[in-house]
Amino acid sequence: MYAQMVKSTGDAVKSREDMSDDERHFQDKVDANIKVEPRDWMPDDYRKTLIRQIGQHAHSEIVGQLPEGNWITRAPTLERKAILLAKVQDEAGHGLYLYCAAETLGVTRDELTEKLLSGRMKYSSIFNYPTLTWADMGAVGWLVDGAAIMNQVPLQRTSYGPYSRAMVRICKEESFHQRQGYAIMMKMAQGSPAQRKMAQDALNRMWYPSLMMFGPSDKDSVHSAQSMAWKIKINTNDELRQKFVNETVPQAEYLGLTIPDENLKFNEETGNYDFSQPDWDEFFEVLKGNGPCNTDRLNARRKAWDDGAWVREGLLAHAEKRAAAKVAAE
Amino acid sequence: MAQVDQKALLEFVLRQGDNTLVLGHRVSEWCGHAPVLEEDIALANTALDLIGQTQMWLGLAAEIEGEGHSADDMAYLRDAWDFRNLLLVELPNGDFGRTILRQFLFDAFSAIYLPLLTKSADPRVAEIAAKATKEVAYHLERSAQTVVGLGDGSEESHARMQEALDYLWPYVGEMFASDSVDQAMAEAGIGPDPAGLRAEYDALIGRVLSEATLRIPEDSFAHKGGRNGYMHTEHLGHLLTQMQWLQRAYPGCEW
Repeated sequence: MYAQMVKSTGDAVKSREDMSDDERHFQDKVDANIKVEPRDWMPDDYRKTLIRQIGQHAHSEIVGQLPEGNWITRAPTLERKAILLAKVQDEAGHGLYLYCAAETLGVTRDELTEKLLSGRMKYSSIFNYPTLTWADMGAVGWLVDGAAIMNQVPLQRTSYGPYSRAMVRICKEESFHQRQGYAIMMKMAQGSPAQRKMAQDALNRMWYPSLMMFGPSDKDSVHSAQSMAWKIKINTNDELRQKFVNETVPQAEYLGLTIPDENLKFNEETGNYDFSQPDWDEFFEVLKGNGPCNTDRLNARRKAWDDGAWVREGLLAHAEKRAAAKVAAE
Repeated sequence: MAQVDQKALLEFVLRQGDNTLVLGHRVSEWCGHAPVLEEDIALANTALDLIGQTQMWLGLAAEIEGEGHSADDMAYLRDAWDFRNLLLVELPNGDFGRTILRQFLFDAFSAIYLPLLTKSADPRVAEIAAKATKEVAYHLERSAQTVVGLGDGSEESHARMQEALDYLWPYVGEMFASDSVDQAMAEAGIGPDPAGLRAEYDALIGRVLSEATLRIPEDSFAHKGGRNGYMHTEHLGHLLTQMQWLQRAYPGCEW
């Protein structure tokens, strides 16, 4: 999940009696699975929550380029380098679709970027963890993209049309990302002792941060109910986390790797794996800015933005000259 | 096909593959750090095309060499003195202006040279060139457009582009510094002697740089030593250190 702890109204779901006529009509539409389109009336809080959610998702794609970009110049074969480049390029593309979807709600990409760079908007906690070995490229694809898919597949049915359509495109690419990650893990797990060690080490470091991607437990999540009523959140955090664990455990077993959780056990009664919760104190520290890479990630984005200012201004100046020349010629 | 000196043919193919490998690597360094999202995507796209071309060229080089090596072995296990790329492509990226101008200077050459290689007497060369020609036509369109936009943009962008051109210009001449390898290739009908392409190249870049309001330096001095491997810049070693590290540190592994 690339959007965590997205602030909604902070209140309980509005009851039908408390709704205005517009709001009731809107909720009926959402309940009937009719998509909301940019020009349709929508509650202010719906619009604001969506901007936060889509914006955070877009920022995650953009910042998410950095941990993987970290290995492009060290990719071990030409094919791996090409695949990784294509994947990171896809992520930039996802960012672009999502910023476009957010723009239909009346916010510009520059405004959102400015909020990211000034720390007023967040991106997923996962990208504040470092990528230390080549196996991390496998683990990121397998676990991080795997966790993202859990959330994004249902979001294809989200109530807001442009977001839903962006998710359809994104999901197609994400499943390729996950498979390429798993393919790297297979090579590593079946490789030399050093490669197996890298693979296990990557799983050890990435496991709990991946579980954190779904956000805190439902009982601690104050923002979920209204978002679920609006169908901009489809499943609860705990549901998705459980689904992720259930699907990932057999994959780890197939790789011959050990998930770093002594309490991990299949529960015959529930049909689910029981597992340990991640350290939520660590999660909140990361959100506050105290993850291992928060400062570096944001600085890298700021540097790209600041260093690129002259390019953006130059191209704009050129476009204006062109437009003026065209007017003069007419 | 007439008897072709296989050593010269190998040199010739390495020149193509090492150019695309090293430039593709340099461009890929931008990933996640470009001035706007669209440029991030476009740069990654260019790097991807170049790496794809590298796989074909170095695959052919390995085949010609005939020692059981793969394209990856050629990329990851040769040392700096074995590389046959132009000095131009191994230079550090500098700012975005220098990167895009270098791309343009290289694309302009490729856009003239590769279509001629599609008529190569060696069908393997012709086939790679045919595929690369389509990609390079697009690269040139984009890099030329951006060079014009920034050269004829704001005062600052103009100054930066002029500075980039002044810096890169002494590395342009090496593209046309042909030697016995080029002559052997020309005689065998494998590829044209690049020296004969200078006028067409100058005309092409002259049009674009003039539209970009940039001034081509008068000094025609050319740094050389990349395409014949005699003397690379200090930068190539650092690039290889990073690129080849995993293959060197964990030899013989599958990835």
